[in-house]
Amino acid sequence: MADLKVKLGKLQLKNPVMTASGTFGYGTEYSDFFDISRIGCIVVKGITLRNREGNAYPRMAETPSGMLNAVGLQNRGIDHFIKHIYPEIKNVNTNIFVNVNGSTVEEYIEVAEKVNDLDKIPGIELNISCPNVKEGGMAFGVSCPAAATVVREVRKVYSKELMVKLSPNVTSITEIARVVEGEGADSISLINTLLGMAIDAESRKPMLSTITGGLSGPAIKPVALRMVWQVAQEVKIPIVGMGGIMNARDAIEFFLAGASAVQIGTANFIDPTVSMKVLEGIEDYLNRHKFNSIYDIIGTMTI
Amino acid sequence: MKKFILDLIVKENEHINEDYFVLKLTSNDKLPHMLPGQFVEIKVENSPTTFLRRPISVNFYDKELNELWLLIQIVGNGTRKLSKVQVGDTLNLILPLGNTFSIPGDKNSRLLLVGGGVGFAPMLFLGAYLNDLGYRCDFLLGGRSEANMVQLNEFKRYGEVYTTTEDGSMGEKGYVTQHSLLQKKQFDMIYTCGPTPMMQAVASYAHKRNIACEVSLENMMACGFGTCLCCVTDTVDGNLCVCTEGPVFNITKLKWQI
Repeated sequence: MADLKVKLGKLQLKNPVMTASGTFGYGTEYSDFFDISRIGCIVVKGITLRNREGNAYPRMAETPSGMLNAVGLQNRGIDHFIKHIYPEIKNVNTNIFVNVNGSTVEEYIEVAEKVNDLDKIPGIELNISCPNVKEGGMAFGVSCPAAATVVREVRKVYSKELMVKLSPNVTSITEIARVVEGEGADSISLINTLLGMAIDAESRKPMLSTITGGLSGPAIKPVALRMVWQVAQEVKIPIVGMGGIMNARDAIEFFLAGASAVQIGTANFIDPTVSMKVLEGIEDYLNRHKFNSIYDIIGTMTI
Repeated sequence: MKKFILDLIVKENEHINEDYFVLKLTSNDKLPHMLPGQFVEIKVENSPTTFLRRPISVNFYDKELNELWLLIQIVGNGTRKLSKVQVGDTLNLILPLGNTFSIPGDKNSRLLLVGGGVGFAPMLFLGAYLNDLGYRCDFLLGGRSEANMVQLNEFKRYGEVYTTTEDGSMGEKGYVTQHSLLQKKQFDMIYTCGPTPMMQAVASYAHKRNIACEVSLENMMACGFGTCLCCVTDTVDGNLCVCTEGPVFNITKLKWQI
């Protein structure tokens, strides 16, 4: 049996299959379907300092091999999470990361400080890449100085695993990755959604209330793979790859490109048990090719 | 209610006309219990342009026959593909999803069930369910033309059926809210499902006369079980997911201008 354990910074995951923020609720939404403690790490829905109502309906459009969303970080705020959701999920026997968002650096800092006090949350995913909010979000992830500032300031107050989620909506993904690594991130996750849009030709109106939104699903997988591979050449910290993973074969491609772990996102909507199928498929692949460990395939694409 | 992911067997694929069909599904195991208003998320195989599951309202659930009916309107590639399934095929469903209608305590309550277009679907199950519980109900069903007026014989088993069509090809000509029934009879509770403008007109009628009213919304959704947060509707409690907090809402909770 191949060893599936991977390390993100100092943190060990029992396996490299994670679920992506915004596609897995707080985990418990999926517990009717399978034992969610089998997941290597659950990243919960993005959380901000205060309650956010998110964007107006419609927030979703189906597109070829994917979907656009414009949820806009709807959530009840960090205090609500700590009081009402954390007690419900803290005893799930796996790693749970909080996806941290802000409109300002101060908001990121404040949320990160509060999460730092939660014993059963071993890490955060710093989201500097949400394309669906007017202030903050992606603005921090598309400029090197802004990315540097927010990572540096959060690093000062956050002592556990700090993963930074990058936006693909940049000219050079490697520049941002280097900056984020330089400011003390323990790992990098990518990619967040690609900015896109859809128009209803009959009504001549945009399909989303916000006109533009974030594209996810298999449509973006080639872009995601390319970016994971490019970043893997440039940084030493572990990379968590995501973007359109629908099955184990997709996940394997991300490992070969240099990812140490993967996140399953949009696929959870279509098959709520897909993360377990991916996990089993990775194990099969390693056994079939007689690899002892997941590390035997990370970054091993041969050119 | 616990949610399941199940492969169900197609027992019947009844094409009503070129726009509507009813899938009757069963299983070798006992189907999970379902309530009126609830829906399923159905996976569409071999339709390259259909990426997400399709949310479909439970049209009828027969515990004895272990049967689930889905009344489906063909609107795009996904529903067209579903219309072609054969008896014996299996379909993958997530179910049951969403909430249900509230049932008044008084068995003598005068109940009106208003359906429009494919919004007939949950009204049949609700009517049957109310009937089983000993309530009497009236159905007011409307459509663009006769072709939209489906399952009328099934409806008639559970109450009086009144119809309207926009072109006058069946029943009274006009919209459901223009039907003479509403002038003649008083109601204590109105349930409705159909196109949003129709439901808003029904809600407005109910609101002005102080009649309790519940509507079943069909917002676009990606997941169906409360994680994508795409299907929200604006309520007095903020944006709520139609898939988990609904699809049934009391009109007093919605921020409709009625």
